[in-house]
Amino acid sequence: MRIFGIPLLRIVPDDTKFHFMDLRRISFPLSALLSIVAIFLFFHPGLNLGIDFVGGTLIELQTKGPADLAKMRTTLTGLNLGDVQLQSFGSPDNVLIRVAQQPGGDAAQQAAVAKVRGALGQDIEYRRVEVVGPRVSTELLSGGTLGVIGAIGLILIYLWFRFEWQFALGAMIANVHDLVLTLGFMAITRVDFDLTSIAALLTILGYSLNDTVVIYDRIREMLRRYKKLPMTDLLNVSINSTLSRSIITHLTVTLALLALFFFGGHAIHGFVTTMMFGVVLVGTYTSVFIASPILIYLGVGTGRKEAVETKEESVPSGNVRFSARDA
Amino acid sequence: MLYFSRWKALATLLTAFFVCLFAVPNFFSDARIKSLPVWAQRHVVLGLDLQGGSHLLLEVDANYVRKEKADALRDDVRRVLRDARVGYTGLNARGLTVEVRIRDDANFDTALTKLRELSQPLGGLLNTTGQRTVDVVDAGNRLIQLTITQPAITERIRQSVDQSIQIVEKRVNELGTVEPSIQRQGVDRILLQVPGLSDPQRLIELIGKTAKLTFRMVDTTGSVEQALQGRVPPEDDLLYGPQKEGKPAYLIEKRVVVSGEDLTDAQPGFDQRTSEPIVSFKFNLNGARKFAQATQENVGRPFAIVLDNDVISAPVIREPILGGSGQISGSFTVQGANDLSILLRAGALPAPLTVIEQRVVGAGLGQDSITNGTRAAYLGALLVVLSMLLIYGKFGLIANVAVAINVAMIFGVLSMINATLTLPGIIGIVLTIGIAVDSNVLIYERIREEVRSGRTAIAAIDAGFTRALATILDSNITTFIAAFVLFFIGTGPVRGFAVTLGVGIVTTVFTAFTLTRLIMSWWVRWKRPQRLAIS
Repeated sequence: MRIFGIPLLRIVPDDTKFHFMDLRRISFPLSALLSIVAIFLFFHPGLNLGIDFVGGTLIELQTKGPADLAKMRTTLTGLNLGDVQLQSFGSPDNVLIRVAQQPGGDAAQQAAVAKVRGALGQDIEYRRVEVVGPRVSTELLSGGTLGVIGAIGLILIYLWFRFEWQFALGAMIANVHDLVLTLGFMAITRVDFDLTSIAALLTILGYSLNDTVVIYDRIREMLRRYKKLPMTDLLNVSINSTLSRSIITHLTVTLALLALFFFGGHAIHGFVTTMMFGVVLVGTYTSVFIASPILIYLGVGTGRKEAVETKEESVPSGNVRFSARDA
Repeated sequence: MLYFSRWKALATLLTAFFVCLFAVPNFFSDARIKSLPVWAQRHVVLGLDLQGGSHLLLEVDANYVRKEKADALRDDVRRVLRDARVGYTGLNARGLTVEVRIRDDANFDTALTKLRELSQPLGGLLNTTGQRTVDVVDAGNRLIQLTITQPAITERIRQSVDQSIQIVEKRVNELGTVEPSIQRQGVDRILLQVPGLSDPQRLIELIGKTAKLTFRMVDTTGSVEQALQGRVPPEDDLLYGPQKEGKPAYLIEKRVVVSGEDLTDAQPGFDQRTSEPIVSFKFNLNGARKFAQATQENVGRPFAIVLDNDVISAPVIREPILGGSGQISGSFTVQGANDLSILLRAGALPAPLTVIEQRVVGAGLGQDSITNGTRAAYLGALLVVLSMLLIYGKFGLIANVAVAINVAMIFGVLSMINATLTLPGIIGIVLTIGIAVDSNVLIYERIREEVRSGRTAIAAIDAGFTRALATILDSNITTFIAAFVLFFIGTGPVRGFAVTLGVGIVTTVFTAFTLTRLIMSWWVRWKRPQRLAIS
């Protein structure tokens, strides 16, 4: 099609009739397997919990010229602060130092930083210093966990109000699956799991549901309009007719995320990577291959055959008719 | 759906315009903003992660407050029983409970009545809960137990935080830093944010001192040797002098002659003879009188200047000090003298404060984050705008106009609520740009479907909007719930993310429901299309 004579991009052909539902025989076992792997990874090696949740000290510093990691390590080990990790970060003059939680409560953490600052001397730019005491980290961890569970609960209640319970449950199963896979991904990539990770998880939850809700809205509408259409066909039509939107939206979100990934600086790499995995890969896949087919098993649409016939009854398959008229 | 009454169109445009207008002060310099009327001064504040600075979370030492309360109650019990001339044994304070055994049965009822008077209704005149400060219990066998109630402790911690906020503010201001922000958090915490401060070590030291200054007599009759072996006379404290002088031990009377509360001023200076750093101070009238009396009565005896259980110095009184001013000299460094005078001027904290969380961002990292964040944001926006143009042509242009207004409105709302923009907040805005076009995509794709199912252009647009808007609302509310929850569990930068995400969703829904529709209806009226081709 052309507008003002300019050919424009057409992402998905109008008469796409992909049989998504047939793929559930692959997608369900695949997701089950991946979820099990993710849960396994969640416990072993586990998440790389950052200082927000385990307490301790994180120092990002910049030296004049390339940093002498070995010398710094010797200096810091001599301070008797327990586990001290150093790593180069981004560029050779950037160093990230992690000091484990000190025994002796909150004041001891602050004393440890003072010691490190004293030992490393003056010729250093401290770009970032974070010290989280044992109480704050415990609170943040329980707050974060409660937050994710609370968000899931609230969204479940909202969906329950807006749709039938099967839809709410289906969306929740699908999105807990998203969170589980994302957690597994974070465990593999050893990305620092901190407060921003919780932010990423909740955003993934929101966006992935956003996608699911768009498809569910369509399914509900189709359920009202075509009372006799077999459920699998109805789901296929629903997904196909929202496919173009799904792809375009994910294209734009991906472009935004890619810009953040390549130009946003390494401070947000972990966050953006997690978001890309969660929103783009898992979220989209889930909406189409898990959230929709699961409705069949949750009993949506059963008993529709007995429904009173309406005049739209004769529609065999939504898309066939759409494309016929479009021509 | 496409029909807009003139008033509705006007209202929509005015709302968008005024919300965008609030974003304008962000382009002005601070000085320029100050010259604006108050309602227009609101603007987005850069978070500490972008402008650099220190974030310190302080907690009032609850154990100290409990112990202090219990000790005070024990002293009250002693005073009450002594005034009532009631004999007692075994008076002690354990945890929040003070126990005392009355000697004679005959006095027991008097004692109990008198001690019950120590319990006050909590919250003074406004008390509505019926809670009291102390539970007084007859534990049998002439034993009376007085327990401080939890609400009384909470109330005391609350007061401590209020007082501490003022004192911390004074101390921070003495450091000459720019506009620190000091807020209460929860019951027992204070959030202290100091923009631009990249080494908070000295600040932490200043805050970490309770700075209770007392002038007390040295007990010269008692034996320090015996005290060191654990036999400290009950009316004395065993305290130590400065590290530099080899930590000499002193027996100091518990009775306070004059305390730091009676100081009106303290200034660092140098001793004229020895040129050592000193702190000179002035008492108020009350303090001057007490100090004069004490020095008159004790010429030739040493007295001690005690700061938080450390003896700063213990000079011998050579002559009565009547002028109400004096100086403390005790192996200070210049900064030590300076810090002590700051602490004395600001006053003592009611209870020690502990730093339980410290987050410091240097100016360099903050600047880098701003540079990277804005660069990524512009690029992300550019990519999204281009892809919309490529996919939807002139309808893409409409979507892009809507997104541009949307972003301006986000900044408008953020300014209105004086929100803090953080690095995650910038990510939130970029994500919003990506997701904001989604509402246009939903609308356009829906219109396309309606066209394909045979509707005329106007009917298709109308139906497309009607159906898509329901979906837009549903799908955005889920993300909004996530942002809402995040706001409550997050701190600092993460909260900034939740705010921009949440505000972005609201403006996105507004734009989709009103602006995009309005622009489309204008377009339809202008073109009167018979057939419609989106993409």
